[in-house]
Amino acid sequence: MSRAALDAALEIRGVWKYYGDFPALRDIAFNVMPGSTLALLGRNGAGKTTLLRIVAGLSKPSRGSVTIHGANVREESTRRRIGVLGHGISLYDELSAFENLRLFARLYGVANPARRIDEMLERTDLKRVRDGLVREFSRGMRQRLAVARVFLHDPEVLLLDEPFTALDDRAIAVLQALLDDMHRRGRTIVMSTHQLREALEAATHVAMIQRGQIVYAGERRQEMIDDTGWLYRTYGEN
Amino acid sequence: MERTKGQVGDLPHYLRQVLTIAAKDLRAEIRTREALNASFAFMLVILVLFSFAFDPGNSDVNIQAIAGGLLWLAYSFAAALTLNRSFARELQNDCLDALLASPIPASALFFGKTLANFALLLAMEIVSLGVFAVLYNVRIQAQIWALLLVIVLGTWAMTVMGTMFSALTVNLRLRELMLPVMLYPFLVVPLSAAITLTSDLLNGIPLGGDNILWLKVLAGFDVIFSSLVVILIDTVLVG
Amino acid sequence: MRERIKYLLLTISVGLLLWSLYKIGYVLPLEANVAAYQILYLHVPSFFAAFTGFFLGLFASVLYLTTGNFKYDSFAAGANEVALMFATAGLASGMIWARYAWGIWWTWDARLSSMLLCWLVYVGYLFLRRSVEEPTQRAQLSAVLSILGCVNVVFVYKSIEWYRTQHPSPVLSFRNGGDHMGPGLEAPIWWNWLALVCLGVVIAMVRMQQGEMSREIDALRRQAHSY
Repeated sequence: MSRAALDAALEIRGVWKYYGDFPALRDIAFNVMPGSTLALLGRNGAGKTTLLRIVAGLSKPSRGSVTIHGANVREESTRRRIGVLGHGISLYDELSAFENLRLFARLYGVANPARRIDEMLERTDLKRVRDGLVREFSRGMRQRLAVARVFLHDPEVLLLDEPFTALDDRAIAVLQALLDDMHRRGRTIVMSTHQLREALEAATHVAMIQRGQIVYAGERRQEMIDDTGWLYRTYGEN
Repeated sequence: MERTKGQVGDLPHYLRQVLTIAAKDLRAEIRTREALNASFAFMLVILVLFSFAFDPGNSDVNIQAIAGGLLWLAYSFAAALTLNRSFARELQNDCLDALLASPIPASALFFGKTLANFALLLAMEIVSLGVFAVLYNVRIQAQIWALLLVIVLGTWAMTVMGTMFSALTVNLRLRELMLPVMLYPFLVVPLSAAITLTSDLLNGIPLGGDNILWLKVLAGFDVIFSSLVVILIDTVLVG
Repeated sequence: MRERIKYLLLTISVGLLLWSLYKIGYVLPLEANVAAYQILYLHVPSFFAAFTGFFLGLFASVLYLTTGNFKYDSFAAGANEVALMFATAGLASGMIWARYAWGIWWTWDARLSSMLLCWLVYVGYLFLRRSVEEPTQRAQLSAVLSILGCVNVVFVYKSIEWYRTQHPSPVLSFRNGGDHMGPGLEAPIWWNWLALVCLGVVIAMVRMQQGEMSREIDALRRQAHSY
C-alpha cells in the first residue's frame, strides 16, 4: 500500500457489483483525500446510488473493497465514523424529535447525548419542537431533523445521496452551513448529485460515473463551473 | 488504532444495542397502539368464534381435550399479524437503511426486534389466557407456572421465526401473503409440541415422564433455529 | 461431457425403473400383508428421493452462500424443485394407496402430514424464487430458506417417530433394515430410489442450464436498459 493510499479518507479498490451476471459497477477505483469534498456525478442509473450504498456499508460489493481511513466499512467501528444521508428521512413518525435523535445517539455511541442532541436541534432550528412527534412535523421540519441526525455523531466522512433534490430552501441553508463547518474542520464529504451547479460550487474534486465505470476522477476544474455541460461532453458518451 | 469492538465478543455492548432497538420498537408500538389493538382484538374474536364452531355448552364436546389447540391457534394467528409489520415498519421512511448503516450488527438489530415482538406477544397472550379460561371454563391455576414456561418457549419459537421471515420478505411484493404461507410450515413442530404440553397441563397432567420429550423438542427447536437465524440474518438484511 | 452424463444417468434411471416394473409385475407375490402394496415401490422411494433432494439443496445453498458462485444457486434450485416434484409423487401415491387399502383419501397420520409440511415449505421456496427479480438477491434469500427448510424437514421427520400413527410402523429404517419385509421384497425399493435420484439429477442439470441462460438474458436486458 502506498503512502498516499494510507492517508486517504476513503479508498475504493477494484469494486465490482453484479446483479446476477450484469455488472452494475465495473472496477471502480479512486481515493478521496481527507478534507476534500467530492461531487459524484452521473446520469440516473449510472451507478451513483449503488456505489454510495456500498461505501456506506449497506450492500456488499461482489469484488473489491472499500476502506475508510484504512478500515473496512463493514466493521462496526468504521461505520461510527460515517454519516449517511439518503433519499428518505429515516425517522420514526411515532417518536419525538428528541427520541429519534436519542436512538441514533445511542447507536453511534455519542458522548453526552442529551447535550449534543439539544445542540443539533438548536442548529437546525427545531429546539421548540423537541418533544413533538415527527408525524406532526411539516415536510421542511422533517428534512431539517434528518439533517440533524446525520451530523449528530460528528462523522469524519459524510455520504450524501442527492441531498439537494429533496430539501426545501431552509433545509438546504441549514445543510450548507453544517457542510461548510465540516469542511472547515477538515472532514471529508462525498456528495452524489445530478444537479451540477450547487455541487460543483462546493466541491474540490469531481468523479463522474457512466455505465458503472468511473470516466473522470480528479480536481474540480474551472471549465466545469463555467459550462456545466462541459464534463459530459468531454468525458461522457453522446 | 482503537481496538475494533467485536460483535458478540463484547457482550455488554452488544446487549445494550439489542436493548436500544427493542426499546425503540416497544415505544413506537405502545404509543400508536394500532397494531397492538388490532392483534389483540383479533385474538379475542377468534376465541369467541371458536365457541360458535365447537359449542362448549354441548357436553359431548370435550373442551378440555382441544383447549390446547384452540389457544395456540389463536396465538399463532395473532402472531402472524403482528410479526408481519416488524420489519415492514422500517421501510416507511427509509429507516431500515439508516439502521443498517449505523454501527449496529445485523444480528443485534434482529434480536432487538425479536425481543420487542416477544414482549408484546407475550403480554397479549397472557391476557388472552385469562379471557380464554373464563370463556371456556378451563382451569389453569393448578399448573400455571408450567403453563407459562410452555407459553414462553412456544412464543419464542413463533417470534424468532416470524421476525426472520419478516426480514426475508421485507422487500417482496406480496409480503402480507407470503409471510404466513412461508411461516406456518415452520411453526408446526413447535406448535404441536406446545399444544400437546398445554393440553396435558390443562387436563391436570404435570410436566414430566412422557411429555418431557415435547418440552425438549420445543426447547431444541428454539435453540437450534435461534442460532441458525443469527448466522443467516446478515445475508438476508445486507446481502 | 455434460450431455453424455445426462444421457448416461437417464439410461440408468429408465433401465432401473423398467426392471423394477418387471419385478413388481411378474416376480413379487400378489399379496403380502397389505393390499396393493406394490405402490409402496413408488411411494417410499419417492419420499427418499425427495429427502435426498432437500439435503442436496441444503449443501448447494451453503456452498452458494460461502462462494457466491451462481452454479450452486442453480443446482440448489434444481435439487429443491425436483425434490418437491418427488414429494408430490409420494403424496399422490400415498393418497391412492390409502384410498385403495383403507378407503380414505387422506389421513392425518404422522408420515403423510410431515411430508405435506415439507411440501408446503418448498412450495414457499418456489414462491420466493418467483417473487424476487434480481438474481443475486433471489439466490441469497432462497439459499437461506433452503437451509432453514431442510433443518425443519429434519425436525419434522424426527417428530414423527414420537407420534403414534395409523400408518404402518416404519418397515424400513436404517437401523432395523427391513425385518418386516422379506429380504427379496425390500431390495427394489432401494433400486427405485437410485433410479429416481438419477432421474432427479438429470432434471436438476437441465434446470441448471436453464438458470444460466435466464441469468444471461437478465444481464442483457439490464445492459440494454442501462445508461
